Order: sequence, then structure tokens, then C-alpha cells
Amino acid sequence: MSDRAPLLEVEGLRMHFFTREGVVKAVDDVSFRVERGRVLGLVGESGSGKSMTGYSVMGLVDPPGRVVSGRIMLDGTDLGALDEEARRNLRGGRIAMIFQDPMMTLNPVLRIDTQMVEAVLAHQRVSRASALERSREALARVGIPSPGERLRSYPHEFSGGMRQRVAIAIAMLNRPDLIIADEPTTALDVTVQGQILSEMQALCRESGAGLIWITHDLSVIAGLADDVCVMYAGRIVESGPVDEVLDRPMHPYTRGLIDSVPSRNTPGRPLAQIRGMAPSPFSLDGGCAFRERCSRAIESCRVAPAPIAPAAHRTLRCVNPAT
Amino acid sequence: MNASVPMIEMRAVSKRFAGRVDLAERIAGAIRKPANDGSVRALDDVSLEVREREVVGLVGESGCGKSTLGRIVSRILEPSGGELLWQGRPYRELTGAGSRRERLAVQMIFQDPYASLNPRMRVADIVGEAPVVHGIVAAQDRDAYVAELLARVGLDRSAMRRFPHQFSGGQRSRIGIARALAVKPRFLVCDEAVAALDVSIQAQVLNLFMRLREELALTYLFISHDLGVIRHLSDRIVVMYLGRVVESGPTAEVYAKPNHPYTTALIAEVPRIESRHRAYVPIRGEIPSPLAPPSGCHFHPRCPHAFARCREEAPRLREIAPGRHSACHLNEATP
Repeated sequence: MSDRAPLLEVEGLRMHFFTREGVVKAVDDVSFRVERGRVLGLVGESGSGKSMTGYSVMGLVDPPGRVVSGRIMLDGTDLGALDEEARRNLRGGRIAMIFQDPMMTLNPVLRIDTQMVEAVLAHQRVSRASALERSREALARVGIPSPGERLRSYPHEFSGGMRQRVAIAIAMLNRPDLIIADEPTTALDVTVQGQILSEMQALCRESGAGLIWITHDLSVIAGLADDVCVMYAGRIVESGPVDEVLDRPMHPYTRGLIDSVPSRNTPGRPLAQIRGMAPSPFSLDGGCAFRERCSRAIESCRVAPAPIAPAAHRTLRCVNPAT
Repeated sequence: MNASVPMIEMRAVSKRFAGRVDLAERIAGAIRKPANDGSVRALDDVSLEVREREVVGLVGESGCGKSTLGRIVSRILEPSGGELLWQGRPYRELTGAGSRRERLAVQMIFQDPYASLNPRMRVADIVGEAPVVHGIVAAQDRDAYVAELLARVGLDRSAMRRFPHQFSGGQRSRIGIARALAVKPRFLVCDEAVAALDVSIQAQVLNLFMRLREELALTYLFISHDLGVIRHLSDRIVVMYLGRVVESGPTAEVYAKPNHPYTTALIAEVPRIESRHRAYVPIRGEIPSPLAPPSGCHFHPRCPHAFARCREEAPRLREIAPGRHSACHLNEATP
């Protein structure tokens, strides 16, 4: 590894929601890094804080949510120290986000070319014609047939998979260094998901951008990511290189998730299952949030487990890990 | 019952949905003949059998007609053509009390545990209404009956007095299952019943389905886009593409040796936890619009093996091995 700062380094990030019912620690002391040209998978179930981690890096957290503490360093620059104007310049420029619903990116009443040219001109001083040309190239790169014609279409004229491709093309327009993808293939059919995963892999490899892929689906991460962070109730409970974490999971939650995947079980036999359900975000007491569901829970799980490094490049928050 | 008679049988069932024609379209239609009549063939000549105590998995991507098929089997929709039989008798011959009994015997479990429960009803009413109306249980015994059903699906009796919004997604799908079981069905149509659930909860609900199958001797038509789920649960698998069945057979055999190029692609495309850093080699193209399906074999524009005949003639579903069917011209082209 070079001595250059990592592309993205997040340290001790906390993002809380201040609601009338109390404080929700949606992201609670999260640290990770993303290297150039690598894919980090952020896995968790609903409410685990995976999307909110992505939104915090983007600077898209709205009240009652607020980033309470922690550092987000992009290429050595502390994003927290930037003013709103500077952060807005980063969004869509050096950092881009792809949402689960492409209509979060697309404006339904504007033609695709209007939206794409606008995105280019917001960040670069180029002529309208060259912005249009770059938009056409971007559509071609994500596999949209006859891109020149499709530029003049409205979002509703595209199928779901094509719309997500347009959103990806817009995210790639300004050649971002970091892309945050929040479940972009969850709503798509299997064959279309395969196409988009393959295109994202190629795009990142070509451009050298870092990619954070947020998903609930471990199987997608297995095929796509280099490294993985597993989140539960706002914390990263385990992280490391994909092969190591999936082949030798240490946290009982990670292990439970992997064991409950149908393909890991004999057809027709009961699936290995994690008992119970995720705790209410209001009832967290600071101890290990998984302990109520955990078969390995012991007395000391009542205290928040500090992250340890059980092996090189791995982190773990568990006092009684599976071996 | 005669073991050789399927519990549910569809014979060459078709379903067309016609768009409502407004005034402008009527005028346009009078001037020139439209390219098509604006109708969607959601199901095109589909035949299917489900035997007693069997679990049939129905897979396909969006727009393939799998939900329409489920709705026809549970008789929420009427077929536009063909015939639906219950234990060898056409439904149209069943009338009166017999018809009601057969209708209750098939129940449906819906995908969205949020949208399929009335938010203004308490669980006791959601689950208990139908069995009282149909005289399965007396009104004064309703609460005891509901409590028993809730226990069966793994919910506490205290759930009865609460409203749907007070439950998590997994609990809500259990309520939906209890509601279906309340009228003592023999056949459940599960339409993407676990698709909206988190991974750890999905395993719990799948286990519940498997346990109920044993305890209550149920038969399932399990509809899903998730091949991992279907493989785990079903004895037999039916693959659909754009309104037609393209392949069917025993689950293990189809997975081990898929015959139809679409099935092959579908199985190859499923992300697997075992396959790391894979280079995705996707099949090309997208699912065409069901409004204007391709000629001949609907899959030919995306098929790597397509030849001239595929563009002209729709392949028939033929038996390629005992219990296995596939609709592909390649099976005849090669000796």
C-alpha cells in the first residue's frame, strides 16, 4: 500500500436522530476505510444504519438527524470542516450516490439530456455541446442502446432497469472518486441485476473509483465486494476482506446470517435461523445489541464491546466470538 | 381421494387484460387499425398441475405472469380462456355450498405484509372475521380460536387486541398466514410471501411454512423470483417467461441440469454466497414488453442459441424426460 491517504476514511462516526420519543443512535461509532479501485460492501438489515452511514458521508442528513461526532476524510480532507457550499460541490462531483429508487435521482418532468447536461455544467466549465456529448457517452457506457435518441426521452419512457442505468450514468458523469450505491439492484430482476453488477464492476475498474455498496444481500456482496462491513443496530459488528469474513465469520450475527441463506442449507430441511428480531432503536442500552438473540451471550455482553482486531485487516465487536 | 387426480389443474389457461379504451383511442381506432388491440396476454395457454401435499415453486421475472397465475388459482381472477379444475372437477360445475367450500380450501398469502392487512382492524378481527362468517367457528368461541391460530404461527395471544402498525414486518406476515389458515384451507398460494422480509426474519418465516406443511398436510403453490428460496422449499419447479411456461420438473433435476436456455441463464445469474469476486457475464437484453412480445419463442431475442425457427414458431412444451418438460426448439433440432 502506498503512503498516500486512503480515498475515504471514516472514524468514530455517530449520527443520531433527535425525535420526540428520544434519541435514536442510527450510526454509533462507525469506522471504516475505502481504497481507490476497491469495493466495500456495507451489509445489514433494515434499521441497521447502513443507509444512514452512506447519507452521512454524502452530507445528506436532514433534521431531526445530525452527525454528532466523528471524522470523514476524503483523500486527506476533513469533510466536516468544509462549509455547505464546498460540500455541495463535492456531491455529484467527487462523490456520487446511486439510490435504490432511480426516481430519487431523476426529475420526472425533465428530459434526460436536460438533467445530464445540468449535472455536468454544475461541476465543470465546458460548453453545452461537449456536456451533451459526454452525457451520450455516459449512457452508452452503461449499456443503453441508441443513447443519442434516448437522451431525448423522459424518465417514464424507460423500464426500471434502464432507469437505474440512467441514474448510474448520471452518477458517473463527473468521474467521481467515490461512489456510494444504496441497494441499487434490490428492486430489479435477477437477469437485469446481473447486468448492472457487471457494469459497475467494469466502471470502477476502469475509472479507479472507490465504491461503497450498501445492501442486505450477502450473496451480492460475495460476488462484488473486496471488503465487507457487517452492521447491526448502528454498529459495525465485524469487518474484513470478503473471503475471510464469509468463510470464517467470528461474530455470531454474521455467522447466523450466512447460515440462514437457503443455499447453505439442505433443501427441504429447516433453515438455520436467528431467533427473535432486531431490537427497537429506543431500547438500546449500550451493551451488545445482539445479545438477546445470541446463543453465545454471556454476562459481559451487557457492556458495549469495544472493537478488537482479531486478525490483520479484520475488526470485531464481540467478547465471546465463535471460533 | 384418488391419488392420480391432481388437487389443482389448469388446462390451457389464458388471461388477457384489456386496457380501457378512451374516446380519443376509439376515434383513432376508427381511422386506422391499431398495431394491437391494447390487451396484454398475461397468461398464454398455460397448463399446470399441483398434486396433493406437493410444493410447486413458480419462478420468473417481473411481467412473466406468475402473480396472475396465482390469482387465477386462488380465484381472485377469472381466466379468459381454458379451464381450472379442483380435484378433477371444473370449478364452473361447482355451485352453492360446494362452491363455497372449495373456494375456502384455496387461500392466498400476499407479498406485502403492510398493504394486505386492514390498518383499522385489530388482529382478532383480521384473523377471526372470515371463520365466523363462514360458520367454521361460533362467534363466542372466536377469541379462543384466534389465540390458537396465533400460537400456531408463533405469535403471542396479546397480539389479538393490537393493530397491524404495532407489529414488525415478520410479525405482520405471520398475521397474514394466520388469517389464511383461519378458514382451514388445504392449498395455499404464496405470492412472494417472504420477499419483503429481512434475511434473518425470512429464514424464520420459511421454516414456519415448512412446519405448517407437515402439521396441516398443506399443499403449496409458492411464487417467487428468488431461486434460492424456491430451491429450498419446493418439490417441483415451474419456470415462466412472458406469460408462458418454458420449463418444469423436479427441483433438484432442473437445478442440476436446466434444459431451457432461459432457465440456464436464470440459475447462472443468481448471486451466490459461495461465488466470490466473480466476473458477471450477464445474458443480454431485457424482458420485452408484454404488450408487444417477440414473435415465435418469446425468449429468442436474448437467447444465445436462437435460430430461424425460434423467430417464427412458438415452441410447444414437450416432455423431455419423465416428469420434465421444456419448451425449446433445440430439443428437436438435436438428435
